[in-house]
Amino acid sequence: MAREIGEVILDLRNISLRFGGVKALTDISFDVRDHEIRAIIGPNGAGKSSMLNVINGVYRPQEGEIVFHGEHRRDMDTHAAAAAGIARTFQNIALFKGMSVLDNLMTGRNLKMKAGFLQHALWWGPARREELEHRRKVEEVIDFLEIEHIRKTPVGRLPYGLQKRVELGRALAAEPKMLLLDEPMAGMNVEEKQDMCRFILDVNDQFGTTIVLIEHDMGVVMDISDRVVVLDYGKKIGDGAPDEVKNNPEVIAAYLGTQH
Amino acid sequence: MAATPDGGALDTFPRLLMHHASVRGARPAVREKDLGIWQTRSWAEVAEETQALACGLAQLGFRRGDRLAIIGDNRPRLYGSMLAAQMLGGIPVPMYQDAVAAEMVFVLQDAGIHIAIVEDQEQVDKLMEIKDQCPELQHIIYDDPRGMRHYTQTFLSGFDEVVASGRIHKQNHPDFIAAEIAQGATEDISVMLYTSGTTGKPKGVCQTHRAFIAAARGGAEFDGLRDTDDILSYLPMAWVGDHLFSLAQAIFVGFTVNCPESGDTVMTDLREIGPTYYFAPPRVFENVLTQVMIRMEDAGSIKRKLFHYFMDVAKRCGAEILDRKPVAMKDRLLYALGNFVVYGPLRNVLGMSRIRVAYTAGAAIGPDLFRFYRSIGVNLKQLYGQTETCAYVCLQPDGQIKFDSVGMPAPGVEIKIADSGEILVKGPMLLKEYYKRPDATAESINADGYFMTGDAGFLDAEGHLKIIDRAKDVGKLSGGAMFAPNYIENKLKFFPYIKESVCFGHGRDMVCAFINIDMGAVGNWAERRHIAYSGYTDLACKPAVLDLIRDCIEQVNAELASDAMVADTQVHRFLVLHKELDPDDDELTRTRKVRRGFVAEKYAVLIDALYAGRESQFIETEVKFEDGRRGKVAADLVIRDAKTFAKATAMRAA
Repeated sequence: MAREIGEVILDLRNISLRFGGVKALTDISFDVRDHEIRAIIGPNGAGKSSMLNVINGVYRPQEGEIVFHGEHRRDMDTHAAAAAGIARTFQNIALFKGMSVLDNLMTGRNLKMKAGFLQHALWWGPARREELEHRRKVEEVIDFLEIEHIRKTPVGRLPYGLQKRVELGRALAAEPKMLLLDEPMAGMNVEEKQDMCRFILDVNDQFGTTIVLIEHDMGVVMDISDRVVVLDYGKKIGDGAPDEVKNNPEVIAAYLGTQH
Repeated sequence: MAATPDGGALDTFPRLLMHHASVRGARPAVREKDLGIWQTRSWAEVAEETQALACGLAQLGFRRGDRLAIIGDNRPRLYGSMLAAQMLGGIPVPMYQDAVAAEMVFVLQDAGIHIAIVEDQEQVDKLMEIKDQCPELQHIIYDDPRGMRHYTQTFLSGFDEVVASGRIHKQNHPDFIAAEIAQGATEDISVMLYTSGTTGKPKGVCQTHRAFIAAARGGAEFDGLRDTDDILSYLPMAWVGDHLFSLAQAIFVGFTVNCPESGDTVMTDLREIGPTYYFAPPRVFENVLTQVMIRMEDAGSIKRKLFHYFMDVAKRCGAEILDRKPVAMKDRLLYALGNFVVYGPLRNVLGMSRIRVAYTAGAAIGPDLFRFYRSIGVNLKQLYGQTETCAYVCLQPDGQIKFDSVGMPAPGVEIKIADSGEILVKGPMLLKEYYKRPDATAESINADGYFMTGDAGFLDAEGHLKIIDRAKDVGKLSGGAMFAPNYIENKLKFFPYIKESVCFGHGRDMVCAFINIDMGAVGNWAERRHIAYSGYTDLACKPAVLDLIRDCIEQVNAELASDAMVADTQVHRFLVLHKELDPDDDELTRTRKVRRGFVAEKYAVLIDALYAGRESQFIETEVKFEDGRRGKVAADLVIRDAKTFAKATAMRAA
């Protein structure tokens, strides 16, 4: 492995999140290192998606602290997160169904577009040059994900597995430093899962992107992750390398039930 | 210069390439779609890079007579690699890129490959998997560096590195390449193409520069090809047809070769390029027609009626108009209107608007399929040839198209029919030899210098060649009637619902058939009828699907009944196979021809059931997946009877 895992870039300290009386997350701490693939696992309702939403600022935790690139914050802010290079995909695909794959990927470049509305509307001068540059970047993503053949196809007409790939593509188009993937392989068949694994590993390897992913398929998680954090009922019950986590009695109990 | 007394003779491909670089240096030689944009490279650029690559190869130890393996999809640089090998007096050996690693071992060993140029990581991985079995393989050069960062093996090098070091070598030895090119002789072997091996092990067919240039010149003059023509190259580079069209003819004439972005984008790329010269095996034309028919079924009723009305008009007179034969004024006007509303837009959607000449070869094409394309104004013609004859034996002249013949002997080709009915050919395009197989060479060329094609056929009164079948496949029913399985299978395959069929009947009292349904067409058909299915096997076993296939077979039977020659070979019983015949399971060759003997052996139990009159038969088959894993497919296949018809003569008498 040429890939080297670096310093801690994101440190979540004692995070608690409540919705009214419901405790989604209770006193959770874990960190993410540069260039690593970090998995969050746990049974349904464990608080995995909430955790991702805390990382990119959709939810504001009531307690705790987030240290991102050395900067201490109470919570993240969605715009700041995106500007800092955090991109994500969603558990339920969130693409524009009526738009082509190409246009969907172009929306991933939104934050990087500098020319004004009027210039873009007229497709004039710097806006035109800028769009060509963005299109080039998007084409690189299309090439990377091997989706040339559906470039002009409306997303709604694609099979589920391909839509998931397009969503990854949109996140990649933003050239993220950190990628949050919410169940990227849910509902896929074996072949599609293998493809997706390969893409995730390639993104991590070639672009050095840090990846935080939620996944239910234990085989996948244990195969591709560097470290795994396990949540259950909003609490952290395990954290470490895949092998450590696999043999952690609490984790086994949470997944298989305890003997009484 | 001693090798070529007249110095400037353009009798090898490298000399032709250098000629183009000087007379039409700025014209486009190749185009390739990269990151969504067509990138053009001129003849001068291609010649420069090819020379640099040749220098790089020479540095790696590539010498005259060495074989260079080339594996990958149609990429400009892989075509360039063939020319680079030829510059050094070496022999390119293009290999089928979709073959699994184990299948590549034979060719790599047989050809004694030292250096292979491959497209990407996938091919590198395959070669590394079998490298231990091919001790002679010393260098692998890859074109696309993606995913190759962590490969540290010293026997791997990137295409760019080899070219870069070649450029330095060229600066230091400016006369090296010119001298190498001058040493080349037209009698040198220019390429080795492996036969697909319908029977037995593949054989390396050695063709000389002279043979391929003769075939390229003949075809180019016959159809008036010019350097402004465009061709889309998407068929396997290891196939003789692609080598003739995309390399030999392109280099001879100097027209532009366009490489698609990927195998899945061919239809889009075709539309964007709008080639003027086109080549595809019947399978591709079949698929395209199937797609059109599926889409028309889904179209609104006005569009659908318009389409069918004008397709009837085209069927009546389209082909005659293309051949400039007399047609009634009313039909002529209707056809002009149809051209405006249906045929023109259809050609445009198919990317066939600019086509002057389109060829099909590789297998017999159904007359109906052939007629369809000609009737909408696509000048589709057949050609006949095999790897051993540079795919150049017969061509159909413009205006003299007979649907059931493959045309007249091409310029410079001599044809003779043996007493057994086998077609024998002679001409400048014949193979030099099979590589390291003097026994096979002697077997295939007779004492008078004729190559024995193994096809059965006859010349009609006007000198057109008609192919009946593979000579060894033509059999007899136990009743004595001639049985040509291919003839019946082609009729069946014209139905969009039938993808492949295998007929049996030699030495039996009746003809029975295996059918492979077309997943796309039948799936769509089933969806419109709200028939739920889970996958191929499930769909293939649905009673409604069996009814559908039976209707197709009965139509074919009716057609067969009207021709006294084949009326006895109507299909009596059939079954729909539970899996698609696949080259990975050795049931088809890489060029997708049925391996008849192998299929008959593998499914002997099904054949027995057909002839024993059983109603159904259980079968379990092992299949290989693309990634090399194995699995099993099992099904209880239902066997159906199809209605047969009395002979036409009898019907008239009744």
